[in-house]
Amino acid sequence: MRKNLNVIAAYSIMMGLIILVGIFQSWNIALSIFNLCLISAVMTMGANIQWGYAGLINFGIMGYTALGGLAAVLISVNPVQEAWSAGGLNILFSLLLIVGMVLAVRYVLKKYEKSKKRTYIIATIIILGIIIIRFVSEPGIEAIEEVDPAKTGFLGGFGLPIIFSWIVGALFAGGLAFVIGKVALGLRADYLAIATLLISEIVIAIIKHEDWLTRGVKNVIGLKRPAPYEVNLQQTDWFINLVEKFNSGKLSLISDFTERQATLNQFVIEGSSIFVKLCYTGLFLVVVIILLILTQKALYSPWGRMMRAIRDNEEAANAMGKNVVKQHLLIFVLGSAIVGIAGAMLVTQDGLFTPGSYRPMRYTFLIWVMVIVGGSGNNFGAILGGFVVWFLWIESAPIGLYLVNLTTSGLDDTHFLKVHLIESVPYFRFLMMGIGLLLIMRYRPKGILPERIEIK
Amino acid sequence: MDLLNAIILLLNYIFVPALTYGSQLALGAIFVTLIYGILRFANFATGDMMSFGTMFTILFTWYFQSIGISLGVLPTALLAIPFAVILMIGYMLLIDKFVFKYYRINKSPPVQLAMVSIGVMFVTQAVVRIIIGPSDRRFFDGEKFLIRAGEFKDMTGLNEGLAIKSTQVITIFVTVILVSTLFWFLNKTKTGKSMRAYSDNEDLALLSGIDPKKIVMVTWIIAGILATIGGALYGLDKSFKPFTYFNNMLPIFAAAIVGGIGNPFGAFLGGYVIAFSEILLTYAYKKFFMYVLPESMEPDSLVQLLSTDYKFAVSFSILVIVLLYRPSGIFKGKVL
Repeated sequence: MRKNLNVIAAYSIMMGLIILVGIFQSWNIALSIFNLCLISAVMTMGANIQWGYAGLINFGIMGYTALGGLAAVLISVNPVQEAWSAGGLNILFSLLLIVGMVLAVRYVLKKYEKSKKRTYIIATIIILGIIIIRFVSEPGIEAIEEVDPAKTGFLGGFGLPIIFSWIVGALFAGGLAFVIGKVALGLRADYLAIATLLISEIVIAIIKHEDWLTRGVKNVIGLKRPAPYEVNLQQTDWFINLVEKFNSGKLSLISDFTERQATLNQFVIEGSSIFVKLCYTGLFLVVVIILLILTQKALYSPWGRMMRAIRDNEEAANAMGKNVVKQHLLIFVLGSAIVGIAGAMLVTQDGLFTPGSYRPMRYTFLIWVMVIVGGSGNNFGAILGGFVVWFLWIESAPIGLYLVNLTTSGLDDTHFLKVHLIESVPYFRFLMMGIGLLLIMRYRPKGILPERIEIK
Repeated sequence: MDLLNAIILLLNYIFVPALTYGSQLALGAIFVTLIYGILRFANFATGDMMSFGTMFTILFTWYFQSIGISLGVLPTALLAIPFAVILMIGYMLLIDKFVFKYYRINKSPPVQLAMVSIGVMFVTQAVVRIIIGPSDRRFFDGEKFLIRAGEFKDMTGLNEGLAIKSTQVITIFVTVILVSTLFWFLNKTKTGKSMRAYSDNEDLALLSGIDPKKIVMVTWIIAGILATIGGALYGLDKSFKPFTYFNNMLPIFAAAIVGGIGNPFGAFLGGYVIAFSEILLTYAYKKFFMYVLPESMEPDSLVQLLSTDYKFAVSFSILVIVLLYRPSGIFKGKVL
């Protein structure tokens, strides 16, 4: 118990802060912060597995998040029949060509010894393949994108409940990580960081510009929800009764009937959006708890010990007969898959998929700040990092505004410096993140909750 | 005649823009490579340091414009750059003193330094946005074109015009001067030689009495010069927007690695490799073939290998291929 005291203290402070936001701002804001904190926590767990357990740098988190989001679209949107009949066969044929290309490359790789000739053959196959695929797929893609471009213009998905996409998102991200891992994991640490960062940019470029698959920058809106809709809730009897019971104290103070009804309506509208958010909170909490149990079990299993051995001394682990390459690949895939889940969860909560919003600052570097600040190698630390950093990221604007008002209180309201500073309040979050990261790296390099290995 | 038209077409749309863009990337890539070679970490704050330097240039330009100083046909920014460079060097040395020095003395692993540079990236980005705002800014003044497309057509009687912007000429001119001075410094002067020695083998260099403090300081000074000038040239040619500068970090990294990280000459060439391949692969060659081929063989489609949306993806793919087949870069050998 004593040993866990700082964990409990840190989490209580965090929850206290969120409750304070609920009291002073609104419960709606508090809950949306809390939900995004949970999603961030899933992302940091993924990054923490790679960095904390195995010491692999993955700056491609943005790419896996986007793939998870793409999975949410492909699973939940209803298929667009016209688009399928217009260009579906063509796309399927192109996919077949891609598979054929990959198989051909694999065959060449297996059949021939490593030589210059083999390299040239592979290059020829890939270049020819790309040219052929471009020619074959172009009419199909154009046909698909012409089907009602204002509303669809893409193939759509499978029309399944969106919850399934959380698993599919993990599979997508894991699949991509497998390919990247096969290619890039042999690189030195900082090269790996740069390579993954650039590959994630390529993934985003593809998602942004292949309109037939993702609608690109036209965005996909109105995705199905796993939770009820506010509008429906506001007309359901049991919900109105629930809200009435909940607020009976306040309502009984109002004697006038119409006024009372109006206030009740107000409460119902407010309550419905809180209720929906609570539904999401429940779903996300389940995911976080399952992942936490699994990752904790893994950390203290023989496999976790092996990963730490590989992290701390690769050569020694190798000499003990551990297959370092294979384990690195495994952990790269696992971590990325978890990030993929988070990506799908994020799109599920927002109900829309906006490829243009995936930017490395928000989806790669911020997640890294979370891992480092929270404590790499410690799952509770990583989750806490997700909470703390996301909370500050959202609340830094009000805090910044308060500080600006405080420091410039002597100045006139129209003074150019004050106006300028108030306008730039949104950028104080970058400043806070940067200074926070630098301070933590300097004075507490292992994070708020450092890695602590107990031998049981 | 048609052939001449075709050549002018390629010059106008591929060669000149690529040469300009390549020069801007090359300056950034040398900056990355110097930091990597001597301070031994991947500097993720590259793009934002460049935007920081450019911000100073813009502020000085505005100041000079407000008091009525200008260079006539040349942009006022050229006058502002030296002042911006001085402030930028101060900023670099300050960051080094308060942030990077601690990790260097403790011999932290390069990964940790890279993480620290991410912190610097956040702070620099915030400061730039707080001071000058996130919006698009143009600070070019003076004569815009050296040769206009129309004038060129009248002069030569060709169908295709060749437009050369003065910023393009300035960029290439400044890059050539700066880079040749830098190579002269690295190869001929005592400090430059000791920098190369330090990059090659730190312990041996220290044994032979090279002062590491001086090396590090000179490196940051050169880095400040390169970052400010590279950023200002890019901003003059296109426009200044903090987010674009952050994104430019990626092709700059690609250029540095393609050229063999730690190798300034490689980084210099790498910039052009990236710029030319980006533009060559995404240019639509239809018009070119219309000039070159007989009428019966003219292509119907745009003859574009990749759509321009994939401009960035091209350079990254090149990088990935290089990393796989020649991790030490095309121009082998880690010699600073």
